[in-house]
Amino acid sequence: MTTDFGVVPDLTPEQEHESGAPALEAASERRAARRGFLVALPSFAYLVIFFAIPLVIVLVYSFATRNPRGITELRDWNVEAYRALAEPLLRSVLVRTLVLALLTTVICLALSYPFAYYMATRDSEVVRTLLLIGVMIPFWSNFLVRTYVIRVLLSSSGPLSEASQSIGLGEVDIAFSNAAVLIGLVYGFLPFMILPLYAALERIDWNLVEAARDLYASGWKAFRRVVWPLSRPGVVAGCILVFVPSFGAYVTSDILGGAKNPLFGNYIVNQFLQARDWPAGAAVSVVILAVMLIGTLVYFRTGGRTL
Amino acid sequence: MGELTETPGRADDAEVPRPVESVRLESVTKRFDTVIAVDSVGLSIGEGEFFSLLGPSGCGKTTTLRMIAGLEFPTEGSIRIHGEEMGLRPPNKRPVNTVFQNYALFPHMSVAQNVSFGLEMRKVAKAERTQRVAQAIALVQLTGMENRKPAALSGGQQQRVALARALVNRPRVLLLDEPLGALDLKLRQEMQSELKALQQQVGLTFVYVTHDQEEALTMSDRIGVMNQGHLLQVGPPEEIYEQPLTRFVADFIGRTNLLDATVESAEIVCLANGDRLPAASGLPAGAKVSVSLRPERLAVRPRDSVSPDMLALEGEVDRVTYMGNAVVYGVKVGWMTIEVRQENEPGTVRHEVGDEVSVTWVPEAMSLVVA
Amino acid sequence: MSVQSTARPRGGARWLLAGHAWLVYAFFYIPIIVLFVYSFSGSRLVGQWEAPTLEWYREVFENDNIQRSVWVSVRVAFFSTIISTVLGTMSALALERFRWRGRRVFDALLYMPLIIPDVTMAVMMLVFFVQAFDIIDSIFGTQFLLGFNTILLSHIAFNISFVAIVVRARLASSDPTLEEAAADLYASRWQCFRRVTLPQIMPGVLAGALLALTVSLDDVVITSFVTGPGSTTLPVYVFGLIKRGLSPAINAVSVLMLVVSMALIFGSLLLQRVISRESSLD
Repeated sequence: MTTDFGVVPDLTPEQEHESGAPALEAASERRAARRGFLVALPSFAYLVIFFAIPLVIVLVYSFATRNPRGITELRDWNVEAYRALAEPLLRSVLVRTLVLALLTTVICLALSYPFAYYMATRDSEVVRTLLLIGVMIPFWSNFLVRTYVIRVLLSSSGPLSEASQSIGLGEVDIAFSNAAVLIGLVYGFLPFMILPLYAALERIDWNLVEAARDLYASGWKAFRRVVWPLSRPGVVAGCILVFVPSFGAYVTSDILGGAKNPLFGNYIVNQFLQARDWPAGAAVSVVILAVMLIGTLVYFRTGGRTL
Repeated sequence: MGELTETPGRADDAEVPRPVESVRLESVTKRFDTVIAVDSVGLSIGEGEFFSLLGPSGCGKTTTLRMIAGLEFPTEGSIRIHGEEMGLRPPNKRPVNTVFQNYALFPHMSVAQNVSFGLEMRKVAKAERTQRVAQAIALVQLTGMENRKPAALSGGQQQRVALARALVNRPRVLLLDEPLGALDLKLRQEMQSELKALQQQVGLTFVYVTHDQEEALTMSDRIGVMNQGHLLQVGPPEEIYEQPLTRFVADFIGRTNLLDATVESAEIVCLANGDRLPAASGLPAGAKVSVSLRPERLAVRPRDSVSPDMLALEGEVDRVTYMGNAVVYGVKVGWMTIEVRQENEPGTVRHEVGDEVSVTWVPEAMSLVVA
Repeated sequence: MSVQSTARPRGGARWLLAGHAWLVYAFFYIPIIVLFVYSFSGSRLVGQWEAPTLEWYREVFENDNIQRSVWVSVRVAFFSTIISTVLGTMSALALERFRWRGRRVFDALLYMPLIIPDVTMAVMMLVFFVQAFDIIDSIFGTQFLLGFNTILLSHIAFNISFVAIVVRARLASSDPTLEEAAADLYASRWQCFRRVTLPQIMPGVLAGALLALTVSLDDVVITSFVTGPGSTTLPVYVFGLIKRGLSPAINAVSVLMLVVSMALIFGSLLLQRVISRESSLD
């Protein structure tokens, strides 16, 4: 090969103009951007029509007026529906919902962390997979049925009551109580806590624990200083995945709590399907939405990337 | 080509008949947000040439290759392949094929399906396709592995599949992005000679990206050294090694001692300790340069055996490293330590730490580089 | 000693951890087993055991309302899964493989149905359809009613997001240089997608479709808001039954629904095994 070829001198400005070279990249980026937009367009349009617009309408309705015949009229804008949140009745519902959602989250976390830790520290991949499938089954099973199961179990003449009577502990009667709702929520949402925790723990490079032990950490210290911080994204994700649906729960409290113990969810459904006070229902929905948005923002702020 | 001012061969002085130009880059610049990955690179590669782009990671060599392939588009500048302006032409419409760094074999396809992919896309008839695939697989010595999936192959075998998958299309230019980077040393050396033999056999233009200077030196017809987006020097391996133009090239290719110096006159440079050396630089007096001295071109001698007309620096042995085939000395010459490599031949005198010695060399061993 | 075992507590704590794990499994499964057993009980009272019978299953299979609602559920699940799988996969591609203006807005919009509580989404859909039908009817003199179509439209609205998130995870972990390699080997954009990207993300697409199917079959709240006369889905119908009082027939239908859920889970596990084996080794 000869060295006939080599460094090519820079183009003069005129030459550059001829080749049409500048802005090439910009053009290619524009083309890719257009393509991306077109690929997203059908879903984008769908979600705008069937999600974003409905969201805005609910917001509008929460400031609207309800006439005596139970029909919502889009005039006389007011904040009455929001003011009702401060009234004792609704306030007690709010407090009960908040307390139950928090309790559910805390109990789920307390139950799940050691459980997920146990799963993640099994040596054999087969064992880990089997343990995981054991959690996947309730996770994927019909939620309504799983709530109904608790109702059957807790009914006054039900198996739990009978079992406790037969060993002399007397009748268990917690159906239609806050406790029943709590049990139902924990039973329903426990897999939502376990799975992200397991995902976070499973990813941990356990060599780090060996390294910590090598650097004189006790077993507990190694956990506190290495494992726990690394699993924190899973903790945050799990807490949000449990707290948000518990806060908006409806089916669980309807089946297990009865009419005496309504949560926000039941209140909303009542306003829409029975009391026909749509602005009131819309306002509470907006509040739930705000809680959910704040929760999610907190999650992303603390470094979470995906749910 | 010993002087710093000489411009390398220009591509457009077309009086003499010369080999066909294969790839031509003119003022190619690529910016990513604010970072300039490739800065105004001009380059001409001849048909059938084995051309290497050499540089440390992040120097812009891979980006340059990707722009030739059409996987990125230059922010400014023009790329021609066999005279045709590429512009915004997508990769599937360019007469080039790429061997990717991690091979990018399709994991859901067998070896044969991987190799025939390009032919299928170009709608080559079934019969011809089968024949060409078999040929390509034979060329890389993988006959019998046609139905394996990539995951069932070793690293070296995957490398060959990637090569066959590109070669089967008979591209006019083959682009290789650190194709041997993932292999262990022994396999890499084997593949180097195989690749070179293959290139000569098929007579294709190879544009080869690597950060391994030894690989570039042993395989290439010409090397282009890049750093921080700039193409610093283009030339055959010997030229790059013997007459580096810049401090970076001298330092990056092989080992060298770089002695800071100032140009005193057209024929003389002055070292930091005041010693004057005869060296033609063609640069104005006062210009800062460096004198590059390769360790293997230097000798360590007892001071009394040095005659006054020799080029020499006096110093003291600071460290001695035994390397089997050679002994490497670090000789302290006042303001710096100079590395000297002495081949381990029978009868050579060994020096000890603390010995007062001189480092000597012949004028041809010296090259001047700009900072 | 394996790496994992260093992280395991020793002594008493070890047994506590294992015991706890099995208690959690017991908590998950004992209620289900109880339900299963009692669904064969001959007693009219839920939760009381008498001589086993298949009477309640027979009742379920002879109940026309259940038959009808099963058919509605199946149709809703089928169509919403197919449509949302296509739309969700496209969304995932647009977000993972392209840079465009409005991308972040779309990303946020796509996330919201995942984290919004059912009740809120239900309210949104009801208010929207009522308002929209109001306007459309007054302009065109039509008379749109809530029913099958509004259920389907609502299910697609939340299912797109479920599919998108699963497919996106798969796309993010698939190697984009494979697509570059295909383009380098003369594949057009469509061929690139069809021959390289799609086979790569197929497990994700199937998992997403399965999730959409499950979520659709699971939904009670949203459906009960946008349902109309004659188009009740099975969960909504069963929910109504539960609210009216417990009956052994609900036990039976619940067991059947669980069986379907589990069949879907095991089907998907099998499918994933087959796919992963096909795509890795020969």
